[in-house]
Amino acid sequence: MNRSFHAGLALAGAMLVFVAAPVAAGAQEVHLYTTREPGLIQPLLDAFTKESGIQVKSIFIKDGLAERVKAEGTNSPADVLMTVDIGNLLDTVDREVTQPIQSEALAAAIPAHLRDPQGNWFALSLRGRLVYASKARVKDSAITYEALADPKWKGKFCIRSGQHPYNTALIAAHIVHHGADKTETWLRGIKANLARKATGGDREVARDILGGICDIGVGNSYYVGLMRSGRGGPDQVKWGEAINVLLPTFEGGGTHVNISGAAIAKHAPNKENAVKLLEYLVSNEAQALYAKANFEYPVRPGAPIDPIIAALGTLKTDTVDLRAVAKARKTASELVDKVGFND
Amino acid sequence: MTARISVRAPAAVDSRSWTVAAVLIAAIVLSPVVALVAIAAQGSGDLWPHLFRYVLPNAIRDTGLLLLGVGAIVSVVGVGTAWLVATCRFPGRDLFDWALLLPLAVPTYIVAFAYLDVLHPLGPIQSGLRALLGIDDPRGLSLPDIRSIWGAALLLGFVLYPYVYLAARALFLMQTASALEVARTLGATRTATFFRVALPLARPAIVIGTTLALLEALNDIGASEFLGVRTFTVSIYSTWLNRSSLPGAAQIALVMLAAVIALVLAERWARRKQRFSGGGRRAHPPSPVELGGLAAAGAFLACLLPILIGFLVPATHLAVEAWSRVSLFGLSPQLLIEARNSVGFAAAATVIALFIGVVLAYAARLDRSGMATAATRVASLGYAIPGTVLAVGLLMPLATFDNAIDAASRQLFGVGTGLIVSGSGAALVLAYVIRFLAISAGGVEAGFAKIPTSLDAAARSLGESAFGTVRRVHLPLLSPALGAAAILVFVDCMKELPATLLLRPFGFETLATHIYAEASRGTYEDGAVAALLIVLVGLGPVVLLARMSRPLLVLTGRTNGSAHA
Repeated sequence: MNRSFHAGLALAGAMLVFVAAPVAAGAQEVHLYTTREPGLIQPLLDAFTKESGIQVKSIFIKDGLAERVKAEGTNSPADVLMTVDIGNLLDTVDREVTQPIQSEALAAAIPAHLRDPQGNWFALSLRGRLVYASKARVKDSAITYEALADPKWKGKFCIRSGQHPYNTALIAAHIVHHGADKTETWLRGIKANLARKATGGDREVARDILGGICDIGVGNSYYVGLMRSGRGGPDQVKWGEAINVLLPTFEGGGTHVNISGAAIAKHAPNKENAVKLLEYLVSNEAQALYAKANFEYPVRPGAPIDPIIAALGTLKTDTVDLRAVAKARKTASELVDKVGFND
Repeated sequence: MTARISVRAPAAVDSRSWTVAAVLIAAIVLSPVVALVAIAAQGSGDLWPHLFRYVLPNAIRDTGLLLLGVGAIVSVVGVGTAWLVATCRFPGRDLFDWALLLPLAVPTYIVAFAYLDVLHPLGPIQSGLRALLGIDDPRGLSLPDIRSIWGAALLLGFVLYPYVYLAARALFLMQTASALEVARTLGATRTATFFRVALPLARPAIVIGTTLALLEALNDIGASEFLGVRTFTVSIYSTWLNRSSLPGAAQIALVMLAAVIALVLAERWARRKQRFSGGGRRAHPPSPVELGGLAAAGAFLACLLPILIGFLVPATHLAVEAWSRVSLFGLSPQLLIEARNSVGFAAAATVIALFIGVVLAYAARLDRSGMATAATRVASLGYAIPGTVLAVGLLMPLATFDNAIDAASRQLFGVGTGLIVSGSGAALVLAYVIRFLAISAGGVEAGFAKIPTSLDAAARSLGESAFGTVRRVHLPLLSPALGAAAILVFVDCMKELPATLLLRPFGFETLATHIYAEASRGTYEDGAVAALLIVLVGLGPVVLLARMSRPLLVLTGRTNGSAHA
């Protein structure tokens, strides 16, 4: 036992050395901290490496990315912070873990309302928050977000958690359009229509429509591509084919879009490479890859859209300012609690 | 280090240095809590009025119902099956004896994913039922949705009951044998014996097991969020992430921690007058009762059902999904590296947690002032903190430590050290140790309780130091308890997700983070291979645990059956 006790200690030490191997700071590297699953954009990162010779190392941190970078401080290995959802992106700026950069390539490629005038953040791709409707049971060919609260959908509506960033942003956009009071009434209407608990993911809306649990629901645009393309396996093709996809609009506005975007970390050790990566991501080639790899809408005007997404119809983007949407997020999240949306 | 100081020191100094070590350990465990207090003190504006009005009533109700449901299931299933296996003989008993532990290997979030698939209208069960009944349209047959509080309680209960089973079984097997025989001799029926003797005697063990299970359920985020249950933990998340209020989230987390501590203390207070101790001699196992006919069939079903729900169904589903994914898309070479990382992190944390567990338990044994005992209790707090919250709390002290070392090194040597703890796996290992120290410390403590102090006195009077006594007397006697604690900690580390997600070093993925990555792409079926690997890696230790825990009693109660090997 004596010996095995010592052996145990030695083992513990060895394990620590093994797991504690620090990240070597190579010359041609860029470190990506992302709240977005990096596998989704791996084809883009690979293409970047091929073109520039710069290796991209990434870590997927779903929650707490800003907290981690903030705590790591000046020694943080983070170069690029990438998030989905405008609110999450602005959070990194608010927590002072980003730095402003000036880049003509970025300014030229990204429309002004999709980037920070100070250069702290940049949108890289867009996704619409759309309506999935049962091919078999729903005949409507157009719809507004407001009409989702119509009692005719009672017991027929599915959506993921009201506290999910995609929904909080949608509700926040409704607040920007119509104010908090009307939004509360709207949310209560939608809540009353729910066919099941507001939970799960967007794809489950399609699955539940096929499964007969609901007739209509809300989901992001790129999931339609992921399902219908067969990339998620044969079952998901059936889910994708069970739905008609409508491009809903706000009354007096357009379709709510959210962004995926990025910022340069405040203490980026490889800042130059980081800027190169961002510039690459908005190049024509990369924007086309975004569409192809992940079925997103490009931010760069004129870049091609994947045929599956293009077939959904012409996107008429909502006019409200994304920063205003991000600001209304707190109220939106509180309203979700107030009406008991997730209960 | 403590050991070296104390090797040839007199006894009083000896015990003091062990106490100091215990207090230091407690301080390290407390550091994330202190960091959370600091974060919470930044203020959260109008958070609490909002919480009181709109969030807490539901969160308290949901959390309460979930804990009630899980508590009822784990204690009834855990105690019931343990009683059957320990005191009866029926077909399959030898198999059930260890198979009842299998659900331990399956992470709760994976169970939730799996059941959503299995029970969905498009899944095998409802499709099969419809085919059987000749219904075409999925809407023709409407079954209750698993995405509910009851669904969550059911699933969590049937995955977490092994904590109770393990504790109760060991107790039924050994300690109560003589008491049971006395009761029977005095004319009590078997039922009366169970309710009036066995159950009260097993209470400490059942409480330990149930507490572990309930804290797991309370801190669960994956399954609860997936099944649409609004627990406190889910509220912490939405406050932090959607309202960008980390201070507010820290406040809720601290309130939750306080509530847990209060409940644990209340339970200890409630049985303060009870003393549990067996004789100093080895209790002989109760002679099993032969069940026949209906009773045997009932016992068989009662043991089969929990294994079916908690293990066979999700594991089979995973295997089927994994197979179809592998044949469609091939096997990712990353998986092997990820499996190695998972095992490496978990093993390192297990060894350290055990070592610390021994230090804590021995300090408590030596120290009469109660200081070390208090330190041990504090050091077990990590289990009551949700993984992500613990991780956020650790970020600040670790990074402060790292940056201080780095600055000092730059000053002294002109070279920075970078993030030596938080930038490496050490942070994650530390998080695991803090999170699961309750299991190792509790297990070792229970093991120590079975070693008469007269052995210590004998060793010391023969000139052995305190450290020597541990090494040459206690550790050999403790090895079964250590083994059991090691396996539980290891399996829990393998399954741990939220802290891993936030603290893993740059460029390292584990099986759990792999599954999560796939799940966040919305294709959790793609994570099936990794999920299956977690289950398989966890399976070995669980079977081992079952095999070793039959003859060698472990991890339970305060009774004083003598240690034997």
